[in-house]
Amino acid sequence: MIADVIVSNLPAFLVAVPLLAAFLCPLVGRISPNIRAAWVFAAMALTAAIAYCLAYLVYTGGTVIYVFGATAADLSIPLDSGGIPIRIMFTVDPMSALMEIIAVTVGLGVIIYSLSSDERRSGLENYYTIFLLLISAVLGMVSTGDIFNFFVFLEISSLATAGLVAYRVEKGLAVEAGLKYLMVSTIAGIFFLFAIGILYGQYNALNMAIIAERIQWTPLDKIALVLIVASLAAKCGSVPMHFWTPDAYMMAPAAVTAMLVVASQASLYGLFRFVFTVYGVSLNYVTMGWVVIILGILSMVVGVTMAIPQKDIKRLMAYHAVSQTGYMLLGVGVGLAVLGDQFLLNSYGYTAMEGGIFHIMNHALYKGLLFLTAGAIIYRIGTGDLNRMGGLGHKMKFTMVFFIIGALAIAGIPPFNGFASKFLIYESVYQFNPILAVIAMVVSILTLASFVKVFHAVFMGPPREEHAQVREVPLPMLGAMAFLAILVIVSGLFPGIFVTNLIEPAVHALTDQAGYMTIVLGGG
Amino acid sequence: MLWNLPYIVVVLLAIIGLATILLKRNLIKIFLGVSILTSAVNLFIIVLGYRENSIAPIYTYAPSLNMALPTPQALCLTSIVIGVATSALMLSFAVIIHRYYGTVNVDEIRELKE
Repeated sequence: MIADVIVSNLPAFLVAVPLLAAFLCPLVGRISPNIRAAWVFAAMALTAAIAYCLAYLVYTGGTVIYVFGATAADLSIPLDSGGIPIRIMFTVDPMSALMEIIAVTVGLGVIIYSLSSDERRSGLENYYTIFLLLISAVLGMVSTGDIFNFFVFLEISSLATAGLVAYRVEKGLAVEAGLKYLMVSTIAGIFFLFAIGILYGQYNALNMAIIAERIQWTPLDKIALVLIVASLAAKCGSVPMHFWTPDAYMMAPAAVTAMLVVASQASLYGLFRFVFTVYGVSLNYVTMGWVVIILGILSMVVGVTMAIPQKDIKRLMAYHAVSQTGYMLLGVGVGLAVLGDQFLLNSYGYTAMEGGIFHIMNHALYKGLLFLTAGAIIYRIGTGDLNRMGGLGHKMKFTMVFFIIGALAIAGIPPFNGFASKFLIYESVYQFNPILAVIAMVVSILTLASFVKVFHAVFMGPPREEHAQVREVPLPMLGAMAFLAILVIVSGLFPGIFVTNLIEPAVHALTDQAGYMTIVLGGG
Repeated sequence: MLWNLPYIVVVLLAIIGLATILLKRNLIKIFLGVSILTSAVNLFIIVLGYRENSIAPIYTYAPSLNMALPTPQALCLTSIVIGVATSALMLSFAVIIHRYYGTVNVDEIRELKE
């Protein structure tokens, strides 16, 4: 009985648990810091358990719908509403479930790390409140099936992220980075709301499925699409609007940076969701696909070339994050460009999208791992300046091993997971346009070169005198890094299992616009 | 023509807001521009929900069934609340920046350039 209630309300719990835990956090923290740490960990573990259960339900039994305030959780169209879904609903299809798995897996590792690395800071009760709020917002963004609801979660994630980036103040530098992020995301949010107004004014609906059913591709729809793509691309740090990324990633605490990667990917998910599910084949998919591809190529090239001369380890990694976002845009963009042609879609479109979506998962894991290792180094030597590092391999052996795993994964060296997804992208993009595949490979080589330089600067060389006191980081931080590193290796050694069971259903759910509408509108 | 008057106001407000954000150098004025831009979008949503001769959707006192859908008002209310939170956060950032940098001029807030 109780189990049934819990199972049927899983999507609501997914957002409610971190949200409630967040606002109870300052209260619990009054008792003692240890109890607060246990509380935060328990909340995150419970959220992760809920997300895994929900993902299991979605992958075995198909899309789960949760309608807020309805008599039955899956009653998407109330009997007295005249055939339209009027309530806010969560539509968790395999794509959403995949993003949830990524968010909670990285979130769990990051929370364990943060409980150890940030324990000496002040104002921790607020820090964890905002942290759990960010996780709740990310989970809401990827679950919702309502465009205004998506906007609300988008704004929660903007505010939470800005607060977390500015949390350390650092003589105003962190606040400057937070302000930059807040300005970009607020203006993006306003334009996103404007696009929602345009869609609502034309189609009298806020539900993604019903807008998808009614959409006409009028000039106003084109304006709305431009506003949506521009604002979400700004939020995910794609190139023309990437300038907040290095500042925000550099100034945020390492645990937050790893979570920021996931938060930007939630915006990327929103971009894909709008383009594929709301607009679908009604839009001019060849042009739109090329727009996404060009955004991707620009992000890849500009990101990696800006990364090479950087002197701060986290700033350098932030530019690589921009560059890796380009791979995801490239893979999914190629899929979008052939969306209307079933033959091309079967021959390489699906593979390209699988590569792009798989890269989202792999990027969250290895980039999270890399930022955590960077945080571990900064935790011990107190600076992120590469010129003041060196010889740390003698003192921080485990961190060095984890860094090597992350660096080889990001550069796309086999047996690590970056190779698995990049290989899918190379082979499919080559059939679409060989030049794009060549650019992707060159960027990969530059990434390797850049990380070889970082590895040499940080870990190689004789031990420095000023680092005589440096020791290995505490066990929980190593544990969190090991957790992500094992996932990187496992998903690199057995990519077939992940692609068949997780990625393929997600890609098919994303491209199957009619299926999405049928599930929500009941045969509509 | 008169029908479109609210939309013209929306566009004017949006242009004023954007111009303020892009042209002003003072952080506080930029925040004012963001607020104006938010107001423009809020007004846009409210105007979308307006129907001539319709009444508020309160079933008890409704003389006819010609009611306006309350969704745009609900959206606008949510958006206002979000706008308040954003303004509060932006202003508190401005306070901290003024404390450390001694200025709110965006040309002088450039410590993060590499």
